[in-house]
Amino acid sequence: MSVDTAKNPDHAPVPGTGPQLVRLENVTKRFGDHTVLDGLDFGVDAGKHVTLIGPSGSGKTTILRLLMTLTTPDEGTITVAGERLFPAPARQVREIRKKIGMVFQHFNLFPNMTVLRNITEAPVTVLGLSKDEAEERAQELLDLVGLADKCDARPSQLSGGQQQRVAIARALAMRPQVLLLDEVTSALDPELVAGVLDVLRDIARSTDITMLCVTHEMGFARDISDQVLMFDAGRVVEAGPPEKIFGDPEQERTREFLSAVL
Amino acid sequence: MNWDWGAVRDFMPHFRDGLLVTLQALALGSVISFALGLVWALLMRAPTRWVRWPVGAVTEFVRNTPLLVQLFFLFYVLPEWGLTFSALTTGVFAIGLHYSTYTMQVYRAGIEAVPAGQWEAATALNLPRRRTWTAVILPQAIRRVVPALGNYVISMLKDTPMLMAITVLEMLGQARLYSQQHFRFTEPLTVIGVAFILVSYLASLLLRALERRLVR
Repeated sequence: MSVDTAKNPDHAPVPGTGPQLVRLENVTKRFGDHTVLDGLDFGVDAGKHVTLIGPSGSGKTTILRLLMTLTTPDEGTITVAGERLFPAPARQVREIRKKIGMVFQHFNLFPNMTVLRNITEAPVTVLGLSKDEAEERAQELLDLVGLADKCDARPSQLSGGQQQRVAIARALAMRPQVLLLDEVTSALDPELVAGVLDVLRDIARSTDITMLCVTHEMGFARDISDQVLMFDAGRVVEAGPPEKIFGDPEQERTREFLSAVL
Repeated sequence: MNWDWGAVRDFMPHFRDGLLVTLQALALGSVISFALGLVWALLMRAPTRWVRWPVGAVTEFVRNTPLLVQLFFLFYVLPEWGLTFSALTTGVFAIGLHYSTYTMQVYRAGIEAVPAGQWEAATALNLPRRRTWTAVILPQAIRRVVPALGNYVISMLKDTPMLMAITVLEMLGQARLYSQQHFRFTEPLTVIGVAFILVSYLASLLLRALERRLVR
């Protein structure tokens, strides 16, 4: 298995108390008059799988986008692996960003490249791997996601589910410590969802990669999560292990939301 | 009006010379306008307005003044400042420059048409800015704009006769010269008219082939 990630052995992650790999403090994000995140504090322990649930517009995706530096907070600080991601100089941002990978709702594969080059491009140009090393790593990852025979295909020749599995392989090829999954099955035809979720379950089980996952797939959230955060209007309404959140939620808002989606 | 095949035959050597000059002007003008237009388009995305503003002003000026005026200016005024080029060089540069102010807009549209998700994926993979442009954005943008650039090649072809005004003997220049010397207008003008249609048809075939190769 090649998707092992460097993990600090000193970190014995105990939920809520361990050294946190990802930490957001007092983060506020506004779009115009609309406050998407309102003084948010939250952290993720190394190696944990955290799922963010909640109604659309509650700020879940914004958290992932902030961590990927696709947008910046209006206030607050973001720390990853003990180092400041925001606010921080551009050079430092580039360094820390190497620890983070993201899979998008709409895959965002590069249509002008083959599947193989989609996966090898960043390891070669960013991490400085040789072409051979990068291709070997890409082949292993394509094996992992069940697409070993597609390395010469173009993204446009693949189904949505296959494209998303390539996108997962592409993100893992950078060996990130944190993998951000942004509604990765929302744009897929229903029959293709299971294949993608199986791959992610496999990765969650067999690696110590930290996962931060925004999803509407409650069954999947229950399966892989160590912790589930229920969001509403830019705040964490309720947090806890999946058995608790899905089985016996304390907050009325959580119950309402779950009864609406389940 | 009588048609004289003898005059056609007589005109042929001059026609060939003119055709070669027209093709040269077209090919080099295209290359210059494609390259310079891309440079303008990229400079217009510079983070500082101290780059964007002058580039915007100059290109706006060039786009909104007639090519013929620019030809005269470059050919008759530049030498006064000690810059002298051959008529053909001046003409090729003028056409390339003039059309680059159009192709820059084509490139801009092509660049803006690349989905935001492509930039985001490049950021997520930590690709350096330059690499994002050369490996991700431009290949997709340019693929999209080849048909629009092709239209400007045809336009440029139809503007090459303007080079006659600065003494370049392209097809129209040769036809006029022949006409004035032999008092035969019908044959040379018909020959170059047909040649213009053929060249633009061939150019469009070439561009369509290029398009098919790129759009895969």
